Amino acid sequence: MPDHIQENLDHDGVDRRGFLKCMAWAGTGTFCLLQGGVLKSFALTDVIQKNLGNLGGDLSFVQFSDSHIGFNKPANPDVTGTLREAIAKVNALPTPPSFVLHTGDLTHLSKPEEFDTLAESLKSLKTERIFYVPGEHDVLNDNGQAFHERFGQGTQDGGWYSFDQKGAHFIGLVNVMNLKAGGLGNLGSTQLEWLEKDVAKLKSSTPIVVFAHIPLWSVYPQWGWGTDDSEQALSYLKRFGSVTVLNGHIHQTMQKIEGNITFHTACSTAFPQPQPGQADSPGPLKVPTEKLRALLGITDVSFVRGKHTLAIVDSSL
Amino acid sequence: MRRWKTKKNSAANVFRIAILATAALSLASGALGRRFVATAEEKPKSNAVTIDNFSFAPMQLEVPAGTQVTWINKDDVPHTVVSLDHTFKSRALDTDESFSFTFQTPGTYEYFCSVHPKMTGRIIVK
Repeated sequence: MPDHIQENLDHDGVDRRGFLKCMAWAGTGTFCLLQGGVLKSFALTDVIQKNLGNLGGDLSFVQFSDSHIGFNKPANPDVTGTLREAIAKVNALPTPPSFVLHTGDLTHLSKPEEFDTLAESLKSLKTERIFYVPGEHDVLNDNGQAFHERFGQGTQDGGWYSFDQKGAHFIGLVNVMNLKAGGLGNLGSTQLEWLEKDVAKLKSSTPIVVFAHIPLWSVYPQWGWGTDDSEQALSYLKRFGSVTVLNGHIHQTMQKIEGNITFHTACSTAFPQPQPGQADSPGPLKVPTEKLRALLGITDVSFVRGKHTLAIVDSSL
Repeated sequence: MRRWKTKKNSAANVFRIAILATAALSLASGALGRRFVATAEEKPKSNAVTIDNFSFAPMQLEVPAGTQVTWINKDDVPHTVVSLDHTFKSRALDTDESFSFTFQTPGTYEYFCSVHPKMTGRIIVK
């Protein structure tokens, strides 16, 4: 299919066909609306199916996850190549994302040359800034020292941090350190205390976006897909009207809405993993080459205000 | 799974070639029976732990004091071998990499993979 505009109804440089083509690759992402201080999210496929065209808004950002630079086995011997494809897709968006979140497992083996390749590749991303949190593959042999030196500037001692954008509060958490035998992901008491203080000063109407590598909800504990002390962290966020939790680790999209909290996991840019319990172990899923790209992706998140957006909310709910 | 079969086949081939080579050598030296038995006999593997499908096999291993235990990673992702009391701790083992530790003191040693902590195992030293 040629890449040219066939119907440009909104005069925004993107038609439905082109938009669908781009987003089909990105998989089922999350689309968030900031409306009257309340963040609402929808499956991106729903938004696409309703022919909504341009998603440009006050703030949009993209989530990358699980690049696993250094992995070289089936089904993807070229993870740097697929990362570059993901970057190219983002750079082709009509409006560049305000920033990018990388939710960990930048590398496969925490090797300096793997970090080099990741950093070098992401330099070509058209965005203002990239925020990182580590995955367990980034902190393998040195307790995360190399990761934190390169990607954790301006963070707390343990690597966690927060920042504000367009009235929303973003919190990057680290749940891959000091894991306990038999356990799941772990935040630890020091980080929990910091989190409680960090959000104490915020109004309950502030939209909250939390991002961390391992899911902060119990996806499939048998495979370690959850975080032991996530409930305590989430208890500090209960009073907020809108909380969005973005994770990686499980190399597939999954979404759950629980009260005021929407949980979403992103695809990997490297290789897919099996659905919970659908294999002997959570090891890399070996798929035919022609099916690989359909199982990889990124997550596109947009905050939109305005009349046009209100219409979207009505039709989606 | 495909990788496993391929390795098995190539290992079997190597084994067959070794037998043939030994047989030829034995014929030349006139001591076929003794040499053939010595080659075909597998070394005891009771001191080996295989890491496969995100688990340690066997999960529990009993060895006499002084035994060197070797863990080998057959998974496509890295794993570690870390004892709870920090008696031993490996670096991250990539596919086909191994780690060995010699147990001198009798006791029960619980260990896990610090990358995937659901993976646990036990070495009992008599």
